[in-house]
Amino acid sequence: MSRLSEAFSAARAQGRTALVCYAMGGDGDTAALLRAIDAAGADVIELGLPFSDPIADGPVVQAAATRAIAARTTLRDLLSMTSGLRLRAPLVAMGYMNPVESMGSRAFARALREAGLCGAIVPDLPLEEAQPVRDDLAAEGLDLVPLVAPTTPKERAARIARTARGFVYYVSVTGVTGARAALPEDLEARLAELRAVSSVPVAVGFGISRPEQAAALKGKADGVVVGSAVVALHHERGVDAVAGLVRSLRSAL
Amino acid sequence: MKEMPPILSGSTVAPPDARGRFGAYGGRFVPETLIPALDELEGAWNEARGDPRYREELTELLRTYAGRPTPLFRADRLAKALGLAGRVYLKREDLLHTGAHKLNNTLGQALLAKRMGKRRVIAETGAGQHGVATATVCALLGLECIVYMGTEDVRRQSPNVVRMKLLGAEVRSVDAGSRTLKDAMNEAIRDWVTNVRTTYYCIGSAAGPHPYPVMVRELQKIIGEEIAEQIVDAEGRLPDAVVACVGGGSNAIGALHRFVREPSVTLYGVEAAGHGLESGKHGASLAKGRPGVLHGSRSYVLQTEDGQIAEAHSISAGLDYPGVGPELSHLRDQGRLTVLSATDTEALQAFQTLARSEGILCALESAHAIAALPQVRGALIAVNLSGRGDKDLGTVIEALK
Repeated sequence: MSRLSEAFSAARAQGRTALVCYAMGGDGDTAALLRAIDAAGADVIELGLPFSDPIADGPVVQAAATRAIAARTTLRDLLSMTSGLRLRAPLVAMGYMNPVESMGSRAFARALREAGLCGAIVPDLPLEEAQPVRDDLAAEGLDLVPLVAPTTPKERAARIARTARGFVYYVSVTGVTGARAALPEDLEARLAELRAVSSVPVAVGFGISRPEQAAALKGKADGVVVGSAVVALHHERGVDAVAGLVRSLRSAL
Repeated sequence: MKEMPPILSGSTVAPPDARGRFGAYGGRFVPETLIPALDELEGAWNEARGDPRYREELTELLRTYAGRPTPLFRADRLAKALGLAGRVYLKREDLLHTGAHKLNNTLGQALLAKRMGKRRVIAETGAGQHGVATATVCALLGLECIVYMGTEDVRRQSPNVVRMKLLGAEVRSVDAGSRTLKDAMNEAIRDWVTNVRTTYYCIGSAAGPHPYPVMVRELQKIIGEEIAEQIVDAEGRLPDAVVACVGGGSNAIGALHRFVREPSVTLYGVEAAGHGLESGKHGASLAKGRPGVLHGSRSYVLQTEDGQIAEAHSISAGLDYPGVGPELSHLRDQGRLTVLSATDTEALQAFQTLARSEGILCALESAHAIAALPQVRGALIAVNLSGRGDKDLGTVIEALK
């Protein structure tokens, strides 16, 4: 079983829903941030790879990417930084297709493996285009985590789930990343449908920022992803504040 | 020519293939949320283009509202002023309603939006011509219209911002990245991801995820079909060369597509060289870019070594874009498209030359095509004059100070 899938099983064995946290690479001291998130109890960590034109992201993650690029963060620098971290939680890269294609997906997969990452999430790489990247990652023993959206028809969701390795990422809302006051009413039903057809864990993300929202999803998914809230808190109040949020999210789950 | 040729003639033959690939380019690189909407759009488009009622309605609007066919004008004084030995014809898309070729596409897409029951239309715009053309058809058909435009373009194309507002559209300024077309398109895509169930996204370039590149081409190819008929009427033969400026590529693929199958016709695309091709400040994606993924499809993209999208530069907002459509990318690789470029200075010079020799103030985008004419080979040349210059007067006055 992949390290990513195992992280979800381990949380379940403890009676918890797994906590997945996102951090933007290169926005401030990323090594300190990843260590803090890891120590505070995240089960899986997504490492955001900054991109100039992040079409699936809301203002918080966009601004973080802009800061990271302005600080001259490169993919290679980020990966060489993570390779020395020795975190407990598995790391999965989350980044857009152009930088992957620019490096070449085979070289990208090799670089991820060498840096100790477990896989990648590429939000602008849908099912029909994904196979070459999925194969190149698999050749290095890494997972391509696909996304399913609220607009995805049932039959298509099942097809996506069949290609999934590591986990499936269910996007809770139609829209970009960032905190939402409320989540859709049919979210639980959609998660149940997806879990019924998926042989890998299902994590739910987009819009979830507060421990109460996470608590409401406990047991409804295998994992809950919190991204923009971590990125914003890190930028505004630093690593210790992030650690506090991660702890309260974990105890809510 | 009194009547325009039949719209959407011929079947859609490959390329693209069923997945929207033009050779190595095209496809769909968008968030999963949009894939079902693109499937729905593709289905609706295929149904519409085969429906005689849709084609009749579009034809009637293109004829009586937009002003098709547009004239093909023999520009002898321009040819002389540029020192050209051969004859030059200008395809007067600048005379189309709203002052550019953009209306060909927005009429077709807005009729489609209405058929699909989508009452909210969004668009991105650079020079503002596509924004104005979208606002216009939304007014005509009673649809809600929201146009995303970079703040830099809002500044330099302010007359078009006023036009869009007068037409009832809401203009949303985008203050991110280079504050130009690229960033406007990012924001339009984010709007579409958020409001996908109720919203029609009207893309202005032959770019974006499948089926946009093929749909926009099909709606713009009337330009080249008219050129072919008109020049045969006037000269008894097809031209030796067809020339168009290239930003995202909708006027270029529209003018050139008819001639791809004619081996005797050389196809030229003229990109913005900005401050010069070696300056790093230009919009020459085909000449200086690498294959990459931007705004939903694979094509030539200006980018850094690390795969970040580079900022383009051009004096003309419509060419200030770091990508280009997939079909033009494919034609370039096949050697079918000859890629030229013109700098800001050369475009300004050509703008003035055309004004003084023929009494036509063209768009700065189209001025790039004029500027490249001395590099074009052939005794009979057709140039697509994609738009008129009113929107650029502020920029031109400033640049000529």
